[in-house]
Amino acid sequence: MVDNRPDIRPSIRTARARVSGLGAAHHGTREWWLHRVTAVSNVPLVLAFVVIVALMAGRPYPEAAALVSHPLVAILLILGVLSVTNHMRMGLQIVIEDYVHDKGLKIAAVIANTFYCVVVAVACLYAIVRVSLRALA
Amino acid sequence: MADTARPQNPAGRPVVRPLSPHLQIYRWTWTMAMSVAHRITGVALYGGTALLALWLVALAAGPGAYGPVAWFFGSLLGRLILFVYTWILLHHMLGGIRHLVWDFGHGMEPGTRIAMARYTLIGSAALTVLIWFVALVAR
Repeated sequence: MVDNRPDIRPSIRTARARVSGLGAAHHGTREWWLHRVTAVSNVPLVLAFVVIVALMAGRPYPEAAALVSHPLVAILLILGVLSVTNHMRMGLQIVIEDYVHDKGLKIAAVIANTFYCVVVAVACLYAIVRVSLRALA
Repeated sequence: MADTARPQNPAGRPVVRPLSPHLQIYRWTWTMAMSVAHRITGVALYGGTALLALWLVALAAGPGAYGPVAWFFGSLLGRLILFVYTWILLHHMLGGIRHLVWDFGHGMEPGTRIAMARYTLIGSAALTVLIWFVALVAR
């Protein structure tokens, strides 16, 4: 089913426009592609996150803090937070654009979506870094 | 939107254009159900990241804040939430892998695409049970 045939239909687009590949909206498929790239990076990072949470469950505070402050765990968590929060921002923006038709409401919802994702990302990253650095003190 | 912008017939009434039928008219198929499930699980995970942030911030804040949060996630309700969350996470993950395969144009044949949608549900349920079995019993 993969269609690799070259497109030989005549086009009125200029060579410059075709090379830049951004289409009528001037955005191209960059965000669509980034959504897929973060989907791919989510797979190993989320699996690592599930293992980390399973190891954390039921541990007393010092052990839980020691686990999160381990460099490998902290780095995997930071990468996971970055990948997931970017992926979920783009994902929910698509949902908003599909269902919220009022223009003002749509813009407000898209901005609120970004704010939520940034707050979640910063809260998680701050917490991971703080737990990690406190272990050194 | 101003109504005057819409095309009108000679009698002055707006032209009633035929509309394509909406979702409820179609017979449910595996691919349709799993597509809807992918979006719903995605939105649920979106909200669920607040729980992740809560847990990590409590850990950073110290034992006083971490105690109650750890107690909640260890309680019956907390474990139920985490169990359902695990399934939602894995279902969205397997659904995403399925969509990635489709994005590259593979697996679109009638039998294959329905089987892939079906295995998303079976696989996510099996993996959830396996992970919880390992986490609870075998560790």
